[in-house]
Amino acid sequence: MTFEEIRERLAAKFGGAGSAGDGRSPQGGALEARIGALAPANKDPFVVVPAADILEICRYLKDDSELAFDCLMNLSTVDWPKKNQIEVVYHFWSYSKRHAFIAKVQLDRAKPEIASVESVWKSADWLEREQFDLMGVVFTGHPDLRRIMMPDDWVGNPLRKDYAEQADWHNITTTRENSLEGYVRLDEFKKKVAEAAAAAAAPAEKKELPS
Amino acid sequence: MKPLEIPTMDMENKEVLRRIEVGGDMLLNMGPQHPSTHGVINFLVQTDGEVMKRAIPEVGYLHRSLEKIGERCTYNGYMPYTDRVDYIAAMFANQGWAMAVERLLGMQVPKRAEYCRIIACELNRISSHLISVGTMAMDVGAVTPFPYALREREFINDLLEELCGARLTYNYLRIGGVAFDLPTGYEEKVSTFLDHFEKILDEFNRLITYNEIFVKRLAHLAPISKEMAIDYCLVGPNLRASGVKFDVRKDLPYSIYPELQFDVPVGKGEVGTQGDSWDRFWCRVEEMRQSCRILRQCLVQIPKDSQVMGKVPRKIKLTEGLEAYSRIESARGDMQYYVVAGPGENAHRVKIRTGSFTAMGIIDALSRGLMIADLVALIASLDVVAPEIDR
Repeated sequence: MTFEEIRERLAAKFGGAGSAGDGRSPQGGALEARIGALAPANKDPFVVVPAADILEICRYLKDDSELAFDCLMNLSTVDWPKKNQIEVVYHFWSYSKRHAFIAKVQLDRAKPEIASVESVWKSADWLEREQFDLMGVVFTGHPDLRRIMMPDDWVGNPLRKDYAEQADWHNITTTRENSLEGYVRLDEFKKKVAEAAAAAAAPAEKKELPS
Repeated sequence: MKPLEIPTMDMENKEVLRRIEVGGDMLLNMGPQHPSTHGVINFLVQTDGEVMKRAIPEVGYLHRSLEKIGERCTYNGYMPYTDRVDYIAAMFANQGWAMAVERLLGMQVPKRAEYCRIIACELNRISSHLISVGTMAMDVGAVTPFPYALREREFINDLLEELCGARLTYNYLRIGGVAFDLPTGYEEKVSTFLDHFEKILDEFNRLITYNEIFVKRLAHLAPISKEMAIDYCLVGPNLRASGVKFDVRKDLPYSIYPELQFDVPVGKGEVGTQGDSWDRFWCRVEEMRQSCRILRQCLVQIPKDSQVMGKVPRKIKLTEGLEAYSRIESARGDMQYYVVAGPGENAHRVKIRTGSFTAMGIIDALSRGLMIADLVALIASLDVVAPEIDR
C-alpha cells in the first residue's frame, strides 16, 4: 500500500481527514495529513495523530489484515522549544506487506505524557525507555520505565534543548579542564611576535628623532 | 512477571554489592568488564545454581551522546563521529549518515563514488562478520578459529588502510561522494584477496561451522521464532536466521544494489531448530560469501571515469524542520538515521537506530531457563557491539 492509501484507511476508521473533528484532540480531532510542503521529494510524508488515540491506532495498524504493521522500527522524539512541543515520531514497518508508515504525536513540552505501545510491539520496550531517559517523555502503562543510558539518579534529560549538565555526579566532575588553556594558535603567536617587534622598532626610531 | 528489584550500590557506606541472595536465588553481576560481553555491558543474572531465571542487560556504560553531538556540529563535521557509532563496521555508519543528508539535499552521488562506497562497505562487512564468527567460536570454547578469522581481517584492514588511511574508524565517505578515489591497482589487489578468501571460507566451514562439537554446542540453543524476531524488531543476520527473508539491500534497494546479483541466506534449521544460535552463525558465514560475489561484480562494473564527489555546497544550510530517514543494511542489520534539519548549519535532531540496541532488548526474554554458559553463546550469536547499543 502507498502512504496515501494507508492514511485514507486510517482516516476512514478514525474520523476522517475532512471531518470537523470530534473534540478528542486540540487540533480538532481529525487525522491531519501534513505532507511536506517545502520539498516533497526530500521529505517523508507523515501523519499527525492525536495523543489520546495512539494506543488504539497502533492496535488497529497491527491487527488490520490490510495494514499488518508487525514491527515498530523506530521511535524518536524531537524537542521544539519554540513551539513548546515535544514530537514523538513512530516509524512503522510491515514485513508481510513491505510498506512503511510514519505517525507523529505532538505533546506539551511541560508535561509530555503518552500511552505506551509496549503491549502492541515488544520492541517498544527499550525504544520507549530510551526516550524516557534522554527526552523525559513519560510512557504511561510501560511495565519497566526506568533510565537506560544514564545512571538512575541522574538529573535532567540530556536531549532536551535547554538541558544543563549537573556539575558533578557523586563527586565525579562532569567538566574537564581545557588542556589548551594558556596556549595560543601558532599564526596568532607569530602575528603577536611581529607586532611586538614592530612596536619595539617604532619607539626606538621616535626616540632617536628628538635627540 | 513483576520487575525484579535491582539493588544499587550503597554509596553512603561505599560498599559495593557484588553478590546477594534474592529469596534463595543468587543475583550476580556479569560484567561490566567481562571478556564475553563484547564491550562494556553488565548483565544482572538471577540464577538458581547453573540455571538462569533471568538476565537483565544493563547498558549505558559507553554512552557518548552521539545524538546530542550531532545537534552541535555541522553536517560534514559529524561524519568522523559516526565512525564511533559502530567501530567494527564504521563504513556503514558513514553511509547511513551520508545518505540521510543527501536525501535532505536531494542530490545524486556520482556512479563511481557509489561503487567505491559499496566496495568499501562490503569489505567492511566481511571484516565485521569475521570478528563476529571468530569471537563467537572463542566464546563457546574453540580458540583456534579466532586467529584464523583475525588473520583474514588483517588483509582487509590493509586494503582499507590503503583506500582511506585508517584501519578502524575510516571517515571515508563524504556527503555527496567519497574522500578518495581507488588507488591504482586496487582492483587487482581486492580480487587477489577474494581468490584467497573464498578458499579460506571453505576451510573455515570445515574447521568450525560443521564441526560436530560446535554444532552440538549451538544447535537448538536459544531459538528465536519468526514472530518473536519481528515483534522484538531484530534486524540483519539475526532476523534472517529466524527465517524472515528480508534484506534492505534487496527489498528496499539503495545505491547500486539493484544492479548487483546476490542471494540472501536464510536460516533453515539445518542442524537444529530454525533461528537457533548455529543458524545465526551460519548466516554470517554465508553472507561473507555473498559479499565476495558483490565485490567481484563491483570490480568489473565500476565506471572508469574519475569523478568521486558530487556538487555539494561548501556550507550546507537547510530549511528548518526538513527531515529525512535513511535505511541501510549494516553488518548488524537495518541501520536507520532519522535527521531533522535545524535553522543553521547543523541538524536539529539526529536519531540513530541500530541493530544491537533492539537485539539487547530480546535477551531478557530469551534468557529464562538457559544455563549461564549459554548466555555467553547467546550474546555472541546476536553479535551485539557495546558502542552501537549505547551510541
